[in-house]
Amino acid sequence: EHPKMSASQVKGVSTGTTILAVRFRGGVVIGSDSRASIGGEYVSSRVINKLVQVHDRIFCCMAGSLADAQAVTKMAKFQLSFLSIQMESPPLVKAAASVLKELCYRNKDELQAGFITAGWDKKKGPQVYTVSLGGMLVSQPFTIAGSGSTFIYGYVDAKYKPDMSREECMQFATNALALAMGRDNVSGGVIHLVVITEDKAEHVIVPGNKLPKFHDE
Amino acid sequence: MLEESLQPGWLSEEVKTGTTIIAVEFEGGVVIGSDSRVSAGAAVVNRVMNKLSVLHDKIYCALSGSAADAQTMAEAVNYQLDVHSMEVGEDPLVRSAATLVKSISYKYKEELSAHLIVAGWDRRGGGQVYVTLEGLLCRQPFAIGGSGSSYIYGFVDAEYRKGMSRKESQEFVVNALALAMGRDGSSGGVAYVVTIDQTGAEEKCVLGNELPTFFDE
Repeated sequence: EHPKMSASQVKGVSTGTTILAVRFRGGVVIGSDSRASIGGEYVSSRVINKLVQVHDRIFCCMAGSLADAQAVTKMAKFQLSFLSIQMESPPLVKAAASVLKELCYRNKDELQAGFITAGWDKKKGPQVYTVSLGGMLVSQPFTIAGSGSTFIYGYVDAKYKPDMSREECMQFATNALALAMGRDNVSGGVIHLVVITEDKAEHVIVPGNKLPKFHDE
Repeated sequence: MLEESLQPGWLSEEVKTGTTIIAVEFEGGVVIGSDSRVSAGAAVVNRVMNKLSVLHDKIYCALSGSAADAQTMAEAVNYQLDVHSMEVGEDPLVRSAATLVKSISYKYKEELSAHLIVAGWDRRGGGQVYVTLEGLLCRQPFAIGGSGSSYIYGFVDAEYRKGMSRKESQEFVVNALALAMGRDGSSGGVAYVVTIDQTGAEEKCVLGNELPTFFDE
């Protein structure tokens, strides 16, 4: 019998959500579902956007307490805009992730939030960073988080290929999110994707009736 | 003052088959598979246990949950099936075996914590897979169970297709097991795979270094 992973039963684990970020050739795709629920029984919002823009080419999405995440991202946005004025250039993705990491690490006893940060900068191109609950910062080719992510570890391990094209990567992210939303009762709604490249950050929404279908649907 | 127990922690932990089990029907038979790890807390007390138990010549079950409970249930049903098949004078139906497992699961649902997936071949229905979780009886084209199964829901949803051949089903099972064993701390070791069809049951053991590897291994 698999362990129960909903937020109300396990302390310190993500809220009802599925989020991910994947690097491809020339950019990153960051995505999430759109459900906000109270205790897994009532869907308080069917269409919220969990992807927060912290700078022109840097987005993050959070796993954990919504209140903590909003407070932290607001602070990070401020610090990054200040930083970009001081440095007279757009901030590095690693800088954005580090700002979040500092906040999470220094306040680890009070906060219950983890972040995925993804974006593009001139120095290293497309990057994906994870800041875990206690404040560990790791760079990865792709990362998944949230309660729905447990169900898709096998899928992403099997299907990820390094150096995908933009279309392959969007399909990979859409499929992974749809599979997680199909099995996790606190993830659902529509899929929000943001595709970040050197030129722009493009927001794509995949509505419920356009989600990929699998064998039993 | 340091508090030290005279006995190691694992002696007082219940022995569980935190595990990954999977069974899938194909045209003419079934494939049933499991990992081989038995843990007591953090210790692995058996790294090569075969969790695929014989219920009859062409009916197997896969064990998960408490090791003692699961083994006892399988032995009890094995005995009851022998008696039953002597009474009717022919090989028992897979559904009969599953019903016997379900009866025990349901009657003792408060005391036992084990989940058995029953799979086999009989003359009337061909290859069949039944789940008996908590006392329900349900036939499914494929079934997964155990702690490691959470991680492969997305993978099996995406990869299962109706009408797979014998070889494709075996690959499906081995890939799913390898992915789950890679992510679940309570699953590991070797993969046992049994293929059952009209001619009988073929047992195979896939060693750790022969398991499929994925992009980061």
